[in-house]
Amino acid sequence: MPPVIQIQNVSKSYTRDSFEIPVLNNINMEIEEGEFQALMGPSGSGKTTLLNLIAGIDKPNKGKVIVAGTDISALNESALAKWRANNVGFIFQFYNLIPVLTAFENVELPLLLTKLSKAERKKHVETALEIVGLKDRMKHYPKQLSGGQEQRVAIARAIVTDPLIIVGDEPTGDLDKNSAEEILLLLERLNKEFKKTVLIVTHDPHAADRAHQIKYIDKGDLVEAL
Amino acid sequence: MRVFKLIFKNALRHKLRTLLTILGIAIAVVAFGILRTVVTAWNAGVDASSANRLISRQAVSFIFPLPYNYRDKISRVPGVEQVAFANWFQGVYIDKNQFFPRLAVDAETMFDVYPEFILTKNELETFKKEKNSCVVGADIAKQYKLKLGDIMTIEGDIYPGQWQFVIRGIYKPRDNTTDGTGMYFHWDYLNDRLEADDPLRAGDVGWYIIKIKDPARSAEISEQIDAMFKNSNAETKTETERAFQQGFLASTSAIITAMNVLSFVIIGIIMLVLGNTMIMSARERTREYAVMKTLGFSAKHLTGLILGESLFISFLGSCAGLLLLFPLIDGFSTVIPKNFFPIFTLEPITIVLAVSAAIMIGIISSIFPIQKALRTKIVDGFRFVG
Repeated sequence: MPPVIQIQNVSKSYTRDSFEIPVLNNINMEIEEGEFQALMGPSGSGKTTLLNLIAGIDKPNKGKVIVAGTDISALNESALAKWRANNVGFIFQFYNLIPVLTAFENVELPLLLTKLSKAERKKHVETALEIVGLKDRMKHYPKQLSGGQEQRVAIARAIVTDPLIIVGDEPTGDLDKNSAEEILLLLERLNKEFKKTVLIVTHDPHAADRAHQIKYIDKGDLVEAL
Repeated sequence: MRVFKLIFKNALRHKLRTLLTILGIAIAVVAFGILRTVVTAWNAGVDASSANRLISRQAVSFIFPLPYNYRDKISRVPGVEQVAFANWFQGVYIDKNQFFPRLAVDAETMFDVYPEFILTKNELETFKKEKNSCVVGADIAKQYKLKLGDIMTIEGDIYPGQWQFVIRGIYKPRDNTTDGTGMYFHWDYLNDRLEADDPLRAGDVGWYIIKIKDPARSAEISEQIDAMFKNSNAETKTETERAFQQGFLASTSAIITAMNVLSFVIIGIIMLVLGNTMIMSARERTREYAVMKTLGFSAKHLTGLILGESLFISFLGSCAGLLLLFPLIDGFSTVIPKNFFPIFTLEPITIVLAVSAAIMIGIISSIFPIQKALRTKIVDGFRFVG
């Protein structure tokens, strides 16, 4: 079976004030289905950019990003939005919940794009919130939750559509030690129990230790070690 | 949860800001509605003009009279159905501040030519029989508490002396675009007295009102009438009643234009108010839009959310404005003397214009925030610090 994620000769640069800043240089990488991998590297090394390319929220200047057989770098914006809705669960460092929506409504948000009935949506949302242990807080607004709980709601939102891969950009970066531990346990559980392919970007060596494999990026290049 | 709920929740995220925006739109709708109503009231005479009536007046100026004997000649023009005439009498009723049109008219034909003034058969017959009688509009009767049989005493100014009239009819306007503030009496009554007191002014009428059979022939008939009196001492200028009324308004056209412009400036102001609110809202939600895009929401979805919120606020503002406008217009119409603006009502077109403007503003105000939300890349959205 081919790897679920294949990065082939990917380069990416940004233009800032007419200056072209190279971020990734000819990256080649593969991730097998069901793996839990961590990307580490210093700030500005390009790890978040690589994660964004894999999650389909950014496009490479050169090369291919193939996820589950689809070259997502060739998709247009509209097709890419649909692809993300069906295949990727994204966990952000700062949770990024919609403040005017309850935990239930935040988790339900991606399901509004599906053809599920209201009852089916409710069932999916309750299941996701149960997995993250927040079924009893579903009517709470983000401001009524702790940071760890907010991140768990964000994880529920990421898994509610049953995506192929889960990507996390510093998912524990804004949390205290205990909350971070809870989130890492949850990610491990999603990987082991629900067979999700998990890829996280982290600065935290303890977080990275939970991964099956750690990849290092430095100045836009994949390196053996830092 | 439905998308509508999200639109609703987004709109109420900053309750005070939304409330102030709604209030701003409501006040602007009220101002727009009142200005349009004033313009409509100003143009009421033009709007109420009948297509099958021509007005023939002295070519030099409206203030110069026409000979009475033109009447028969005009009546013989093919296509003319009936001819009435009138003289501006004016005078002072009670005091100089009591203004309403007071006209000496051809009692026989006046109410045939103006079917929108509704008189009972009895009243009309009595009016026609008694030379010193008059007919007043229902609004005037109400304002001055006049009833049939009452005597109206008017101190003449254009036609000096004291004039007394017995009210023999109170006409009802056919609809709310018809003036109910007129006072009409026998031209014969005026003319008889002029023959006795001021014979040089006798035998003249102010203008002719010509009812024609086919409005499509109005230009042709007008030309024929004017041609008949060409090179006479009193040449005529004949035109449709609408053109005649518009001529009256020409002197005040600058004011009307200013009010029209102002009413549309107000729309511009609402647009700025709502546009500002929407731009602020969209700016504050830059990260949220990035999150939603990440979750798979497309350009279409974001457009719907922003446009929906903008329309929701503008719709609420226009509804609130209209709710205020109805009682305000009613209030104004009772406070403003009837004879100043005989017809002061909120026209359906004003409501349609106000609501359409609100919808248009809702759409236009959302264009910039939508463009910005769609143009911002997801990665840039996450970097945004509001």
